[in-house]
Amino acid sequence: MRTYLLKRLLLVIPTLFGAAALVFLIMRVIPGDVALLIFGGDQAGHIDPKQLAAMRDRLGLNDPLIVQFGRWLWGVLRFDFGASLWTGRPVMEELLIRLPLSLELALLATLVSVVISIPLGMLAAARQDTWVDYAVRVISIGGLAIPSFWVGILCILLLVIFFGWGPPLEFASPWTDPWANFQMMVWPVLTVGYRYAAVTTRMTRSTMLEVLREDYIRTAWAKGLQERAVVIRHALKNSMLPVVTLIGTELAFLIGGLVVTETVFTLNGVGRFLVDAVAHRDYPVVQALIFLTALGFVVINLLVDLTYAWFDPRIRYR
Amino acid sequence: MATTEAADATLAHAQATARLAPKLTVREEIAKFVSTKPLGAAGAAIILGMLFVACFARAMAPYDPYVGDYGQQFARPSAEHWFGTDEFGRDILSRIMYGARIALFVGFAASFAGCTIGLLLGVFSAYVGGRVDLLMERVMDILLAFPQLILALAIASIMGPAVQNVVIAIAIPIIPRAARVVRAAALSVKEFPYVEAAQALGAKRRRIILQHIIPNTMAPYIILLTAQLGGAILAEAALSYLGLGTAEPTPSWGLMLSGSAPSYAEKAPWIALFPGIAISLGVFGFNLFGDSLRDALDPKLRQKR
Repeated sequence: MRTYLLKRLLLVIPTLFGAAALVFLIMRVIPGDVALLIFGGDQAGHIDPKQLAAMRDRLGLNDPLIVQFGRWLWGVLRFDFGASLWTGRPVMEELLIRLPLSLELALLATLVSVVISIPLGMLAAARQDTWVDYAVRVISIGGLAIPSFWVGILCILLLVIFFGWGPPLEFASPWTDPWANFQMMVWPVLTVGYRYAAVTTRMTRSTMLEVLREDYIRTAWAKGLQERAVVIRHALKNSMLPVVTLIGTELAFLIGGLVVTETVFTLNGVGRFLVDAVAHRDYPVVQALIFLTALGFVVINLLVDLTYAWFDPRIRYR
Repeated sequence: MATTEAADATLAHAQATARLAPKLTVREEIAKFVSTKPLGAAGAAIILGMLFVACFARAMAPYDPYVGDYGQQFARPSAEHWFGTDEFGRDILSRIMYGARIALFVGFAASFAGCTIGLLLGVFSAYVGGRVDLLMERVMDILLAFPQLILALAIASIMGPAVQNVVIAIAIPIIPRAARVVRAAALSVKEFPYVEAAQALGAKRRRIILQHIIPNTMAPYIILLTAQLGGAILAEAALSYLGLGTAEPTPSWGLMLSGSAPSYAEKAPWIALFPGIAISLGVFGFNLFGDSLRDALDPKLRQKR
C-alpha cells in the first residue's frame, strides 16, 4: 500500500509539470503577437509602436523563451499567476472571489445527480431489456444529448415568460442569506445536475449489469434469495465502487457543465471567468485557470484512485 | 511463405466461424439488429435522416440560409416559415438544414481524426513497449489532466473561430482517451499465440502491427468512435455557443443559440427552441446507436443473464 501510494503521488509531479509546460506552450503559439492582441488585434497600423514595445516589456515577452518559462513555473509554484490584463488585479484574488459559487454549484449538482441516478441505474440493470430498462436508457441517453446551455436558456425563458423572473445578479452567500442563495442556485444546479445524472445512471446500469453476472450473484439466487436482497444487498454494494470513482472521472463533465451553465445564467463563477477571459484575450487569467483546472482535476482523480484502492481489497498495490 | 501461412490461418479461422454461425445476408443482418436492438435501430434511423438532410440541404431548404428578409424579422412559425425567422429575417428551418452539414462534418472529422491518431499511438506504444511506452503514457497523462471541454476551449481560443479549427480543437482531447483504450486492447492482443506465430515466421514489425494487431483492436476502436461522435457534435455546439466555434454567418446549431439570441427569444421563443431540438435529436441518435453497438460488440455484456 505504501509503495503504491508513493508511486501514485510521484507520478503526479511529472504530469503537473507537463501540464504547466503545455499551458505555457499553448499560450505562446498564439498566432501573432500577444501584445498586439491585447491592444485590439488586427488593425496593427493604428497602434503606437512605443506602447507596443512597452507592453511587450511589461509582459516579459522580450526575454528568451526559457526565461519566460522559468518565470511561469516559479509563479505556478507560488500560486502567483500575475495580474489580470482586464482588471489589473491579481488573478488569484479574482479567482478566490468566484470560487465559492462554483464549488457550491458543483457540490449541489453532484448531490442531485447521485440521488437521481443510483436508483434509476439499479432499476434498469435489474430489468435489463424490458420497457423499464428502455425507458431509463432513453431518459439517460436523452439527458446526455440535450446541451446544458440550451436547457439553461429554456429555463430562463420559461421563468421570464411565465413568472417575470430574472436571474439575480449578486451572489448571496448560503450562510448569510440561504433563501436568496437558493433562488439563485436552484435552476443552475438542476441544469448541471441532470446531465451529470445521465452519465452516472448509464455507469450505474452497466456496472450493475457486470456485477449481476458474477458467480456470487448466481450463488445468491441459488440460495433462493428474493430479488430485492440479491440486487440491493449483494449487487449494489459491489457496484458502488466504480460509481464512486465516476464522481472523479466524470468531473470533466461537471467542469464543462459549469463553464457553460455559469455563462447562460450569468453567474459570476470560475467558469464564466474563464469564458470572459478568453473573450477579452486576458491571457494570464486563461493560463492560470486552465492550469488550475488541470491541477484540481489531477488531485481529485488521485484522491479517487486512492479511495478506490483503499476500499477494494481486490486491487493489488504494485 | 509467411503470406500463404497467414492466409491459410485466416481461411481456417473464417471457415470455423462460418460453421459456428450461419452467414447472414445484409438484409438479415439489419433485421436482426432492428429486432434485438430497437433503440439502436432508432438511433441509426435518426443518423440516416440527418445525413439525408445534410446531403440534400440545397434542394430541400426552402430559403437561402445566409440571406435575411428584413420585412420578415421574427416571423412566427407559419406555412411560409415552418420554424419562423430570426432577428435578420432568415428562415430558421433552412438554417437548421444547412447546420446539419456543419454538425456532421465537425462530428465525423473530429472523432475520426482523434480516434485514429489515438489508435495509431496506442497500438504503437503497446507493441513497442519499454521506454517508448512509458514516455507515451506520461504524455497522454498530461493531456488527460485537462477536462475535454476546457482543453478544446483553450485550443479553440488561440486558433480563432473557423470550422477546421473547431475540428482540431475537438479532436486533440479525444486522442489520449482513444490511445489509452486501444493501448489496453493492443496489450492483450499482443500476447495471443497468433502474434507469436507471426513473429516466429519472421514477419516484420510493421506487418504484425498492420495485419494482426490493428484488425484485432477494431471493436474497441469502433465503440469509441461512435461514442465520441455525439460528444463531438455537442462540443461543437457548446464552443459555437461560447463564441469560439464556427463564426457568423455560418449556420451552426450552437451559433444560432449564442450571443443575443436568448434575449430575442423572449419575444420569439422559436429562435431558441428549434436549434436546440436539432442538436438534442442529432446527438441522441448517435448516442442511441453507439450504446447499442457497444452492447452488441462488448463480449463482457453479450451473454444473457
